[in-house]
Amino acid sequence: MRSFLGFLSGLVFGLGLVISGMANPAKVLNFLDLAGAWDPSLAFVMAGAAGVTFIGYRLAWRQSAPVMSETFDVPTSTTLDRPLIAGAAIFGIGWGIGGFCPGPALTALPLLAPGTLVFVPAMLFGLWFGAYAKSLPILSPKGAN
Amino acid sequence: MGPITPTEFTPWLSLGGGILIGLSAVMVMALFGRIAGISGIARGALSVLLPSEGVSQDRGWRVAFVLGLLAAPLAMLLVGAPVEQTVSGNLFGMMIAGLLVGVGTAIGSGCTSGHGVCGLARLSPRSAVAVVTFMVAAAATVFILRHVLGGA
Repeated sequence: MRSFLGFLSGLVFGLGLVISGMANPAKVLNFLDLAGAWDPSLAFVMAGAAGVTFIGYRLAWRQSAPVMSETFDVPTSTTLDRPLIAGAAIFGIGWGIGGFCPGPALTALPLLAPGTLVFVPAMLFGLWFGAYAKSLPILSPKGAN
Repeated sequence: MGPITPTEFTPWLSLGGGILIGLSAVMVMALFGRIAGISGIARGALSVLLPSEGVSQDRGWRVAFVLGLLAAPLAMLLVGAPVEQTVSGNLFGMMIAGLLVGVGTAIGSGCTSGHGVCGLARLSPRSAVAVVTFMVAAAATVFILRHVLGGA
């Protein structure tokens, strides 16, 4: 049941990405191109997604616990540290080059575009390597853990 | 990177797709009590193959979630719905882009979904700063590639 519900959640997310245009790098790059062929569509994706989530989270949190887990596990940190800013900047540069963020890249994989087939393994390696790099002292926030 | 492909402004489809993304994020919270951050979910699913630092042991639903993501475009094609996509054919560029996206989201603890959708919905100041940072970095990168180097 957990697996089925996990699959269903992923399917709904993926359908949202494809229908909204978020899974099309051309659309993403045109959204980011304020000085050129600007396509504002993706602002509507973010507004729809964040709006529904804002309301839905507050309904979900009225329950004492999630349906399939014992507790709600939500990030509690509020510190603005170096890894947060540096990581977001590095991610943004990669997003601006390829037009893919992680969800759309994964959902585009079965369409087998050569660019996607190169992007996804590189991203997975980057995720693994980034987690390792984060554990190094230079990126560890002072006093954390 | 590569030729610029014009796209149509699609406010309604984009809003509808965004609502589905939001529904999924709410499902993940109501069912599993977690943030629907794809970089984190992918890292959790990946740890089945490749052990990694600080990854939750609760992998089953994350693997299933990724399979659901992969099934989405196939489901669309199966019912004859259009799946429009133009991916750059510059493979070296796409490899660099993939690396930066992976490393950046791992170090920055989130991507467009975790910080963007879920973080903003939680009114998290960390996520707000991350979203502004990656949006500015991405727009600046596109500006440089298209209008400074590309001459478009």
